[in-house]
Amino acid sequence: MTGQPFRIAEGGRIDRAKPLTFTFDGRAYQGFQGDTLASALLANGVRVVGRSFKYHRPRGIVTAGSEEPNALVQLRAGGRTEPNTRATCIELFDGLSAESQNRWPSVDFDLHALTGLFSRFMPSGFYYKTFKWPAWMWMTYEKFIRHAAGMGRSPTVADPDRYDHRYGHCDVLIAGAGPAGLAAALAAGRTGARVIVADERCEPGGSLLDHAATQGGPSAPSAAADWIAQSVAELEAMPEVTLLRRCTVFGYYDHNMLGLLEQVADHQSQSQSKADPFQPRQRLWQVRAKQVVLATGAIERPIVFAGNDRPGVMLAAAARAYVNRYGVRPGNRAVVFTNNDSAYEAALDLAAAGVAVAAIVDCRAEGGALTETARAQGMDCLTGYAVVAAKGGKRVTGVTVMALAEDGDAGGKVTGGRRAIACDLVCVSGGWNPTVHLHSQSRGKVRFDDAIAAFVPGESFQAERSAGAARGTFATAACRAEGAAAGGEAARLAGFGDTPPPAPSGDEPRQAALAPAGAPLWSVPQAPGGHGKRFVDQQHDVTAEDVALAVREGYHSVEHLKRYTTLGMATDQGRTSNVIGLAILAQLLGKDIAAVGATTFRPPYTPVCLGAITGRETGRHFAPTRRSAMHPWHQARGARFVAAGMWLRPQFYARPNEAMMDAIHREAKHVRQHVGMVDVSTLGKIDIQGPDAAEFLNRVYINGFKKLETGRCRYGVMLREDGLVFDDGTVTRLSENRYLMTTTTAHAGPVMAHLEYHLQVTWPELKVHVVSVTEEWSAIAIAGPHSRAVLERVAGGIDMSNRAFPFMGFRQGAVAGVPGRVFRISFSGELAYEINVPADHGLFVWEAMMEAGGAFDIIPYGTEAMSILRTEKGHVVGGEIDGRTSADDLGFGRMMSQAKDFIGKHSARRPGLVDGHRQQLVGLTPTDRKTRIPRGARIVAEPIGQVPKSGAATPVGMIGAVTSQCYSPNLDTPIALALVERGRDRHGEILYAASPVAGITVPVTVRDPVFIDPQGERLRG
Amino acid sequence: MLLIPCPWCGERDEDEFTYGGEAHIARPASPDALTDAEWADYLFMRKNTKGLFQERWMHAHGCRRWFNMVRDTVTHEITAVYRMGGKPPERTDS
Repeated sequence: MTGQPFRIAEGGRIDRAKPLTFTFDGRAYQGFQGDTLASALLANGVRVVGRSFKYHRPRGIVTAGSEEPNALVQLRAGGRTEPNTRATCIELFDGLSAESQNRWPSVDFDLHALTGLFSRFMPSGFYYKTFKWPAWMWMTYEKFIRHAAGMGRSPTVADPDRYDHRYGHCDVLIAGAGPAGLAAALAAGRTGARVIVADERCEPGGSLLDHAATQGGPSAPSAAADWIAQSVAELEAMPEVTLLRRCTVFGYYDHNMLGLLEQVADHQSQSQSKADPFQPRQRLWQVRAKQVVLATGAIERPIVFAGNDRPGVMLAAAARAYVNRYGVRPGNRAVVFTNNDSAYEAALDLAAAGVAVAAIVDCRAEGGALTETARAQGMDCLTGYAVVAAKGGKRVTGVTVMALAEDGDAGGKVTGGRRAIACDLVCVSGGWNPTVHLHSQSRGKVRFDDAIAAFVPGESFQAERSAGAARGTFATAACRAEGAAAGGEAARLAGFGDTPPPAPSGDEPRQAALAPAGAPLWSVPQAPGGHGKRFVDQQHDVTAEDVALAVREGYHSVEHLKRYTTLGMATDQGRTSNVIGLAILAQLLGKDIAAVGATTFRPPYTPVCLGAITGRETGRHFAPTRRSAMHPWHQARGARFVAAGMWLRPQFYARPNEAMMDAIHREAKHVRQHVGMVDVSTLGKIDIQGPDAAEFLNRVYINGFKKLETGRCRYGVMLREDGLVFDDGTVTRLSENRYLMTTTTAHAGPVMAHLEYHLQVTWPELKVHVVSVTEEWSAIAIAGPHSRAVLERVAGGIDMSNRAFPFMGFRQGAVAGVPGRVFRISFSGELAYEINVPADHGLFVWEAMMEAGGAFDIIPYGTEAMSILRTEKGHVVGGEIDGRTSADDLGFGRMMSQAKDFIGKHSARRPGLVDGHRQQLVGLTPTDRKTRIPRGARIVAEPIGQVPKSGAATPVGMIGAVTSQCYSPNLDTPIALALVERGRDRHGEILYAASPVAGITVPVTVRDPVFIDPQGERLRG
Repeated sequence: MLLIPCPWCGERDEDEFTYGGEAHIARPASPDALTDAEWADYLFMRKNTKGLFQERWMHAHGCRRWFNMVRDTVTHEITAVYRMGGKPPERTDS
């Protein structure tokens, strides 16, 4: 471990009493509490922190904030690893480990950097142009391109940390806690309004924190530091104000809904965050605000020149932040290159911190307000000059400076002799872009302001206003005044009092005008004979030459330019590059920037982890699990469960040493020979009441319900209004005006919604109420020849005789002493009953019935056996009711009433649905009665031979598909249900079930879909 | 995310609602009397209004009641909500 050679002896907002150890690319370094990873790396003299996306050029730290395009690292390891995190935003903690990205084998020696040598063959659109043919080769190209162009790595194991969601409501939401945001919060908070202030940094104060005058400390008290501290103390004392640190307002959505990401524990080591086991790592806020103040500040932009990506080329304000806030010298000898006054302040602060300022290169012919101040301190101010190139590889070693032919002209020429200046730091300022992202996301307009050469907020669309630098106002006093006014106005519009006067401004820190005078210099042309790359978008390696090429190729629209060159499409979304790209485009087209227009700003402002979006809804909390009252019994009997929607249902009950298929076949066979019970609590149950209930049922089912007598059940089929089958089930008339409808498990919700829709919207005049009672009742189906005998033992009060209680009958009475409902309905085709008892008694009744059935060798059976039984009986389920089949396709044609209208009736007569060539439900058996019919097999009329390798096979017409298949233990043959063109006319034909996936074709005999007891003697017996 | 004023429950997030498309489309009393074209018009054809639009919503994760709403499809401004069977307020362009 080495010392921190670039750390300044004193000053800054770091705590030198708290040294922290961290590793970068496996090497241990030391920093201090209050550092970011970026400031600590700079303090240790680490300059190359990553390799670029396309050319693998060495890259260093460019900014000190969330706009960082270059210093992206892989943070942490294992399940906590996070790619593409910005070193400038990572607060240092003890034990932090990070790795550089995009380099192989190491950041100092990268083999892919060879691509840089061939880079003139890789212009914009290179991949589109080069790898587009032959198309099949793309699969091969892609592997290499992905390897070369990767960003960080995604974690491969689950994230062990906790992420929370929180909803918030407030009168005024303030994004940003700099001078404008704090002033706005004070003004709004003092009215008693409920205020949320969110700032992405770890402490409020905004850009003031980066200024030398704010550092203060006991030896040098500062008005700015005092103002921040007093403001924060006052805000924190207000009960209705919430001040959120490390919390980014990342999205502005409809109706003043804003998304906030609070990084609760990202700045802590694992042991620190473990201290509170319930502390989330991040918290996603969704805040509905009556009024919003956007005090999001401004972002400095660079100037494009050859070699402007060399490590050591940095934004001037970032260099200023590193010396003042973090006590770090980002270099020993600086050249400052600017088109405005703000960089002079950086130069003066750098000099005060012991960095030699070799020259200030100011593209303005006359310099600016601080030029003379700088000269008075002995700085060499070259006015009317520009940096044409930065030299060096992994570290800038100097710059070449030339005079500008015209005063700051955007398309200016460089002229005269070249002057080389040695330096290891280049501080660049090309002006400031107000952070209009949230305003634009809220659908507010942006306007190009020539005075500051930047986009500023225009007309608002939602209840928001911008204040301070976010609005293009840069002087601190003005920012505070504007913030106070905005906060007061927002509170007033939210219904809170009059605005108190803003706090007295006190001793202002010095703040120069940030606006570049005259036409700003966006990019410096190549020096004659120069060929260094001039980067516009450093993260995506897009150069000024790429933009020019795209324009030559006709990509004149800003949206096209963006997509063709990928300018501004990296994880930083072009925070430091978009406006420059636009300006270059405008110059090339000879238009104003305002006429070229800006691309749309979209959320999120900064990247948001998927973990935060997911929140707690992960693993078993992803969806609720529904269990029937009999679940513990199934579990104790070794049932294997299967998910049916959110329900867990017993799939089968294997005996010791019994294989799955053996258990399933045993259960299916046993039911037909003896008796079995299955838990059918998951079926949808809807209670329908009212004088018009019969009329209502008559309108939603294809068959008639008006003549259904009390105490009887009826099978019904529902269509959608487009004529296709929606669901099937039974309806029982419980009493004069009361019915119970059952639905399939899957369609319980949709059928309920369907009924509600038609009752409320289509026929509001019908006096009917519907309510879902699925979870109120436990349901047990008992099937098999002995089912009546078993029931007689537990429901002695009900006359079970065939005459007293016939098929499709219904009786109420005690079952095992519990008041219940008994329905004589059958899904299996056997003599069968369904028993409903109040859910709380389900387990008790189930156990009583199992005990009573002991004498008849009763067994429980699962969904697999149930499925075999219904397939043997030709009952349709989801495989057949797939949203494409008509009632007639499934054999319900004659059920459709001619005497009444019903939902879907008119559509069911559409020509397409009565076409004689439609696929109809049939049964299939393999001709050899042995070979399983493949799942999902296609039905063809001719056997499919071996498909020739040449791909010249003759197409074979598909005339149907297998919808359900199983081995029938009761018939000792595989069987299947299928939908086959004109299937009902084909009974007896031999067709072929072909599965190219399984590679087999099975000859099958077409037959009626009811395999067992077609006359229904068993279920009526 | 829209903030929708359910006429029964008050303002709630859009998440709690399901969308039901264009409002005031009555199911024909005698479908059999209609031509295929008229039936298709009822079943499939919907307006694609730019501006104020009368539409149906259901408070699915709340009171489960359907209601009508007038929303500007450009700005998402909600100018009215009214119960099923109610008449739309005047001055809507849809």
